Amino acid sequence: MAVMTMRDALNLALAEELARDPSVFLMGEEVAEYQGAYKVTRGLLEKFGPKRVIDTPITELGFAGLGVGAAMAGLRPIIEFMTFNFSILATDQIINSAAKMLYMSGGQFKIPIVFRGPGGSAYQVSSQHSQALESWYAYFPGLKVVMPSTPADAKGLLKSAIRDDDPVIFIEQERMYGMKDEVPEDEDFTIPLGVADVKREGTDATIVARSLMVPTALKAAEELEKEGISCEVIDPRTIRPLDIDTIVASVRKTNRAVIAEESHPFASVGAEISAEIMEQAFDFLDAPVKRVSGADVPMPYAKNLEQLAIPDVAQIVAAVKEVSYK
Amino acid sequence: MSNQSGEQRDQAKRASSSAVSVLDPPNKASASATQSNEIGEDRETLVEILRQMVLIRRFEEKCAESYSLGKIGGFCHLYIGQEAVGVGAISAVRKDDYVLTSYREHGQAISKGISPDAVMAELYGKAGGCSHGKGGSMHLFDKTVGFLGGHAIVGGQIPLATGVAFASKYQETDRVTLCFFGEAAVNQGAFHESLNMAQLWKLPCIYICENNMYGMGTSLERAMSLQNVAQKSCAYELASEFVDGMDVLKMRQATQRAVKRAREESLPTLLEARTYRYMGHSMSDPGNYRTRAEIEKHQERDPIKLFINDLKTNGVISDDDLAQIEARVKEDVEQSVRFAEESPLPAERELTTNIYANPL
Repeated sequence: MAVMTMRDALNLALAEELARDPSVFLMGEEVAEYQGAYKVTRGLLEKFGPKRVIDTPITELGFAGLGVGAAMAGLRPIIEFMTFNFSILATDQIINSAAKMLYMSGGQFKIPIVFRGPGGSAYQVSSQHSQALESWYAYFPGLKVVMPSTPADAKGLLKSAIRDDDPVIFIEQERMYGMKDEVPEDEDFTIPLGVADVKREGTDATIVARSLMVPTALKAAEELEKEGISCEVIDPRTIRPLDIDTIVASVRKTNRAVIAEESHPFASVGAEISAEIMEQAFDFLDAPVKRVSGADVPMPYAKNLEQLAIPDVAQIVAAVKEVSYK
Repeated sequence: MSNQSGEQRDQAKRASSSAVSVLDPPNKASASATQSNEIGEDRETLVEILRQMVLIRRFEEKCAESYSLGKIGGFCHLYIGQEAVGVGAISAVRKDDYVLTSYREHGQAISKGISPDAVMAELYGKAGGCSHGKGGSMHLFDKTVGFLGGHAIVGGQIPLATGVAFASKYQETDRVTLCFFGEAAVNQGAFHESLNMAQLWKLPCIYICENNMYGMGTSLERAMSLQNVAQKSCAYELASEFVDGMDVLKMRQATQRAVKRAREESLPTLLEARTYRYMGHSMSDPGNYRTRAEIEKHQERDPIKLFINDLKTNGVISDDDLAQIEARVKEDVEQSVRFAEESPLPAERELTTNIYANPL
């Protein structure tokens, strides 16, 4: 084990997988000579050369589609979006090509590709650079969607995503790149996709949280512990396919569920999890499922307004108390 | 022809009733088979090009009939009038080269080597279709012959083809990629983004714009500020050529030049093939945006008629040869319908297969 930032854990995963498989290449804006806009790809050009680590023009639809085509012909591309906000330009290729190719070709063309980069809220970059898009991608059969919340998960999940034969949307959190924790240095360390992790065990209420909301939920759980409420914090880690069994098992034990997410509430991943809990654990619920979401507004610039738009510890604490009737 | 499969050759033998047929391989055909002619191509190649064009014409006519009978569903975009573009271009590549194209792709799929049986069965939504009934008319695929789809978002195949060419270069093979699209796709960002990357990174991709003058019901004049598509290549310093898309040999020769550039120098090319579609945009389009006279004017330069005249004038084929080709093609098309009719529907369990290669 070594203590490192999430940024360096991702960098290590990329380096290990580039070294392991010559069909893996990394492509995106500023990934090579600039060393990555967020330095996730630092040093990779030097290690692997310009054939494997490729700077692109600002042409998201183009290089996303190029990646899908390269995957059809047998390569394993890692396509970096400088931020997932820019993936909006590439959605035709992600959704209409990557997600559907295996199906509409009758099983002939698998698309082993990873689309990765930071998503969710950032620091005062306003509406177009600060948004959570996971519910868009999780909507489509054919895509897998992954969102790590710790440096170790980031490394293990990214390695699994690169080795996976399907298109994986891998959403990092810009605010979490500097987060430090222990990370296994073993090159064989991976975390399977589709498996949730219990980040904290508890008995009185379940908090389902992903990405930035995991550390926020863990802080809320600490505060609630002081007030005698024991919270279990579940991180699905993979949004699609969703490990609903782990979530339902927890809710059947605690009988209360709060879902915390950065995204807008309408048609969100939290709405889906809430519906699935209702379908599979209705008789175990002692209170309606409560969602804590980002505000239903474009992200504002002003620091005070931005803080109001992102769920915080206090909101999660209040939600758990509400479902606990305390 | 390099992309003619052994199976097709066997079929050619079976279809022939006479001892020596125009469709036989040269060792069985008359001595003139490999003799040079004014055209400068061997007779076997010329006959195969003609056979494919006639096959595609008759196949598409049968599709129109089957569509009207309700046997084929959804959208169905026919290639009638444009046969010379696909057949001429694909005759210039190897079997292991790649083709990606739009939703008007029945003809190109057949030309690249997917059997008419597997194409027709796909249109019928049957398990024996080349995409096992999951793709339909707009999504024909066959990995074994390098036919990488059938893509139905206008211009969507252009970045994909660029990526396939990128992979060929990355893998250090000399495979080239042909990418077909209509002129309406040229107005999409995907076209410009792809050409920029292809020339920037020197990718062996040949972009073939089939300029049939209409994007659905909107004429070129109403949609494009600069109507010379080939000229747009100068924005990316890309080699380009304007080709008469009704002349199959000109199409073949232009593609051969582009293939040489791609294979030997790993450089892309933009070809603009001026052509015309006789039918509506799809089977549901009555075509009220153009006159009968306009269509008839273009039909005077029908690519199949032009080629037959050329071959006859140069003594390559006789009326008997032509009759043999027509007879063989008629049988192949009828056989494709029989195959499609008899092929089973996809099993209901197929609804939920092929969503993930690694289901979790």
